[in-house]
Amino acid sequence: MGSLNNLTEHLETFVDVTRSPTHHAESLKAIASSLEKGVLSINQLVVEMDMYLTTTDDVVRARGILLLAEILNHLKSKPLDNAVVHSLIAFFTSKLEEWRSLRGALTGCLALLKRKGVAGVVTATDAEAVAKSMAQNVQVQSFALHDRKLCFELWECLVEQYPEAMINLGNLIVFATCEAIDGEKDPPCLMVAFHVVELLARLFPSPSGPVASEASDLFEFISCYFPLHYTHTKGDEASIPREDLSRGLSLAISSTPFFEPYAIPLLLEKLSSSLPVAKVDSLKCLKDCAVKYGVHRMKKHYEGLWSALKDALYSSPGRDLSFGPEFLTSPGFEMDEIHREAADLLQRLVKQDISFLGLVVDDIRVNMVFDTISRYSRYEEMPDTSKLEVLVVSQILSVSARASVDSCNIIFQTFFFRLMNTLGIVETTSTGDLVHKENSTVSTRLYHGGLHLCIELLTASKDLIPSSEESSSTPGSAQQSWCSIVNRFSVPLIGAFTSAVQSSNDDCSADAYLGVKGLLAMGMFRGGSSPVSRSEFEKILTTLTSIITAESAKTVKWELALKALVCMGSFIDQYRESEKAMSYMGIVVENLVSLVRSSQCSLPYPLILEATSEVCSTRPKYVEKMVQGFEEAFCSSFSDFYANGNFKSIENCSQLLECVTNKLLPRVTEIDGLEKSLVHFAISMWNEIESSFVFSYDFNGREFVEAAMKTMGQIVGVALVDSQNSIIQKAYNVISSSTLPAMESIPLTFAALEGLQRDLSTRDELTLSLFASVIIGVSPKASIPDVKPLIKLFMVSFLKGYIPAAQALGSMVNKLGTGSGGANISTDCSLEEACEIIFHESFASGNTISSDDSSKSKCGSETLLSKICLGFYGSLDLQTRAITGLAWIGKGLLMRGDGRVNEIALVLMECLKSSNSSGNAMHPSAMKHAADAFLILMSDSGECLNRKFHAVIRPLYKQRFFSITVPILESLIVNCQTPLSRTMLHVALAHVISNVPVTVILDNTKKLLPMILEGLSVLSVDAVDKETLFSLLLVLSGTLTDTKGKQSVSDNAHRIIECLVKLTAYPHLMVVRETAIQCLATLLELPHGRIYPFRREVLQAVTKALDDPKRRVREEAIKCRQAWTSITSRSTPV
Amino acid sequence: MNSLICLRLRLPPALLSLSLIELKSFCGRKKMVNGLINENPIVYEIKHRRDVRADSSSNTNELSVDAIDHLEVFDHIRDIKDPEHPYSLEQLKVLTEDSVEVDDSKSHVRVTFTPTVEHCSMATIIGLCVRVKLMRSLPRRYKIDIRVAPGTHATEAAVNKQLNDKERVAAALENPNLVEMVDECLSSSFE
Repeated sequence: MGSLNNLTEHLETFVDVTRSPTHHAESLKAIASSLEKGVLSINQLVVEMDMYLTTTDDVVRARGILLLAEILNHLKSKPLDNAVVHSLIAFFTSKLEEWRSLRGALTGCLALLKRKGVAGVVTATDAEAVAKSMAQNVQVQSFALHDRKLCFELWECLVEQYPEAMINLGNLIVFATCEAIDGEKDPPCLMVAFHVVELLARLFPSPSGPVASEASDLFEFISCYFPLHYTHTKGDEASIPREDLSRGLSLAISSTPFFEPYAIPLLLEKLSSSLPVAKVDSLKCLKDCAVKYGVHRMKKHYEGLWSALKDALYSSPGRDLSFGPEFLTSPGFEMDEIHREAADLLQRLVKQDISFLGLVVDDIRVNMVFDTISRYSRYEEMPDTSKLEVLVVSQILSVSARASVDSCNIIFQTFFFRLMNTLGIVETTSTGDLVHKENSTVSTRLYHGGLHLCIELLTASKDLIPSSEESSSTPGSAQQSWCSIVNRFSVPLIGAFTSAVQSSNDDCSADAYLGVKGLLAMGMFRGGSSPVSRSEFEKILTTLTSIITAESAKTVKWELALKALVCMGSFIDQYRESEKAMSYMGIVVENLVSLVRSSQCSLPYPLILEATSEVCSTRPKYVEKMVQGFEEAFCSSFSDFYANGNFKSIENCSQLLECVTNKLLPRVTEIDGLEKSLVHFAISMWNEIESSFVFSYDFNGREFVEAAMKTMGQIVGVALVDSQNSIIQKAYNVISSSTLPAMESIPLTFAALEGLQRDLSTRDELTLSLFASVIIGVSPKASIPDVKPLIKLFMVSFLKGYIPAAQALGSMVNKLGTGSGGANISTDCSLEEACEIIFHESFASGNTISSDDSSKSKCGSETLLSKICLGFYGSLDLQTRAITGLAWIGKGLLMRGDGRVNEIALVLMECLKSSNSSGNAMHPSAMKHAADAFLILMSDSGECLNRKFHAVIRPLYKQRFFSITVPILESLIVNCQTPLSRTMLHVALAHVISNVPVTVILDNTKKLLPMILEGLSVLSVDAVDKETLFSLLLVLSGTLTDTKGKQSVSDNAHRIIECLVKLTAYPHLMVVRETAIQCLATLLELPHGRIYPFRREVLQAVTKALDDPKRRVREEAIKCRQAWTSITSRSTPV
Repeated sequence: MNSLICLRLRLPPALLSLSLIELKSFCGRKKMVNGLINENPIVYEIKHRRDVRADSSSNTNELSVDAIDHLEVFDHIRDIKDPEHPYSLEQLKVLTEDSVEVDDSKSHVRVTFTPTVEHCSMATIIGLCVRVKLMRSLPRRYKIDIRVAPGTHATEAAVNKQLNDKERVAAALENPNLVEMVDECLSSSFE
């Protein structure tokens, strides 16, 4: 009973039109779900609804019927009794007569008709009744959009699901459809309507059927939409995109051959219109029609089609060949959409009916092209009309040739001999000799137009060669015709192209382009049935390779040849042509790799490297070969250097390493096995260093060392853990057998340390740097032998000024002991022990440094390293190095979230004070280093401790450091005595602030803003701090634009403006001035009252900036000035 | 009414009469001519804009000076809207790159513009817009010289004189209606 009460309530809600749509939807859902669950049966519901369905109140009745219909819509999969379905459909059919309740009736019919198999379906007779009633009673065009759409959907559903019933209706349904469509203008309805036409055409295929007899009328109704044009382009997401609707129309037009007498003339007429959209649509539609109407019907329109196609192809203007390397694999000129569609249509027509080709072959304009070709030898000499002629005819012929093997045969038979004749190319006689008809040399008759046509034809034909599996199944009989023609001419053709390339000079790229493109076309025939024999293929490769090796600079010709070789390489790889791959390997790869090895070549070494890496990247096998070659080249150059002092060799080495870093390493994930070869490369680098005991020649090889470090580090970075281990092992062996003094001699005396300033030989420096980069790159899981001595080594090295050593030490403490679950058993040292060594190992010095054990567990100001930092011992150099080193170690600890970093931060901040705890004044340089240490700690480094080098990174580590250090720095600034210390503290603070994520700043704007402003004014004094100043200014600009910071910005407006106005004249960095002016413009968003008092000041500053030496600043100043002027009540122009 | 009082208070009587004349000569055409002066102007393609930020030498070298050149000045004025059409002066070829001559060392700039039709009474307004825009965009040291291209306007001399007379320009800019009109034409060029 309760459910019935509820039901009445829901019914009332739905029927009440004053309720909101959400209420309606809710009650509908409630009723539908109770039916779904079986609490309520359909019969009960109908009985209950009786009053709503039959009342004389039109509105209530309409709502009632709609409710029933919507409910049925929800119950599409619920099984219903056939009798129920029958009575329901009969009810809705009868309601179709009544326009007031039409929406409900349509929805109901549609819901019932769409029901599937098991659930109880409408019978064919009932469907027929629905259709009849629709045809007789419903005037589609008199309804609103939604109802019209329902009508069309109902038609669509009827035709799709009850074809037999509809066939019975015959003419009636065609008439009704015509009537319904007539005058329709809304895309969603049209979309369905077009589909209905398409379905009808499928329903009545017979020539005596209703569609055939009514074809002219039906076509008239749909053709008036062609070409589609939207008058209202509103941003309605429900609306149908033009392309979809146009596709629907095209399908409707091409749906039945009976439309042909009307459609083709119409489309041809529209094709001649000047509207580009009309042209494209017509071409697309013609393509559909050609497929559907069939050859027989299309045949009578061939003449018209051909001339229309020609017009379309010739009419698209502004095309010109370009001879750049980037166009080597494309047609070489830009095609617009019309052109592309026209070419597509042509190909379709030829493919469908070879007799269409007759028109092409006999066309006068096409045949005239040979005259044009032979009139101008050089492309640039041709007038524009002739250029167009050649381009279009080449395209027509190549597109037709591409259509099928037969068409290709015909084209080659008709045109190729003539073309060869024009070009003066004579076929090979059976003995293989060339016979020149005339005495003219080949090169005198290289007409560019002809070459272009020839290349287009060759490129088109190459796609017709079946892949090797297909060709074996169909013994080539028909296809061989064109193939044999090409075969007969292949030798002289290759000769002609070669001579074109060779005759080219730098100022004309056309010769080189056409020559190389021709060779490429000849080299790209695939499979065993290729018309180009293997020896000829090899000749092509040799020619291209010799072009690359013969040049002495990067010319267009060189680039073209390289691109062609790369294309051929990837083509071989793509089609798995093993024979050709062998030729390629033998001729191209080995040649280039041997050049890399010998470096005895006119070509500059970087270019050889570029060519080799490009060519070899096409196939993993080549890559392997190349890395081997690189390895040998490196070894020989390196040994040449240390044995003979050849500085050229070491330069080559650096370039080679750069090539490995820039070209190969980024592709390590793409190419199989590259990782292995690179690891091998790294190990042989170590071998080479090991065997070079002494450098006989000292050199200033910063460049080489840096390149080597970079390569080594990155190789280790990408290598797998096992490979890393082997590299480390190798490196460790080298370093432990080296003459590096530090390993054993710790504890050192300070005196000794001081004395060791310049003691490292070049070789030792190289070894040490490379070793450091290995350590920087390894993953935490890799095992490092003998950690303790290594730490000592790095300690000593960084105290002697080797930054990489400090970075390596940072990486070590960052990764130590974090390998997964004790996997790194071989590590003989824990983090605790490592820190112990770093911070507490006592250097035996003259003065007694108490090894007081009480402070062992924590590192603090008492530790030795920090004492050096604070300048208790040693020289200033030692002090600054210790500070920098401490920063890197701190960074490693900070990133893994280790608490010891706090102590380090304290030490660094101690260094920033004007005098340390014992009253000694800090040296300015030491303070500077300490301030910059904060940059090292906070910024992301590209050289070490990043994701690429497997650093352990704890989330939010920057935030943590920020919250620890900023309060201390602030209080230090407040209590600071000397201006220098103040500046340095501000530098440090700026580093911390500008490297922390901006959200952190925004949360603390109120507190930070005064500090930032003070920092900006302190930093603007000295040009040294310009970069720091800029990053701090960026932080400020970030707070200005954010809503979170608005309040405190508004409170501090006067100070901000004062500060920014000063910065608009900052002389040392343009971006600072620019940003300051932008910030001033942003400030206009503040309340008028806050900023109005400062307008005079701002305008003065910005007006001065109009005369800034930099254009970018002036541009901003103009905008800012205008914005500020406009806040004054009256705009004053001057 | 308000603005008139304003004028009265600020200007001595002699200048007041002058400014009233200006008001007529700058603004009066609306009453005299019915409809648009050039109803159907030809619209041209606009030239590619150079990217100021992409100039690498200027970005890397702090000490180098980008002298103000004719392209920069042209950038300032190319987007000024025509007073009677929704097109920029560049689109209507009233201004081209060649119509600007700049001598940075002598702080002098001369803009020669070409009215679309010979009898264009908009010429003074266009000239005024160009002058105002340049006054707002160039450093104060500049002397701005604006003129109609020789032989392109019926009352060339009069227009030139009017545009380069400091007093008359200042007076014209005291007129709020005129300033509003100029501001509207300029608004697009400050984007």
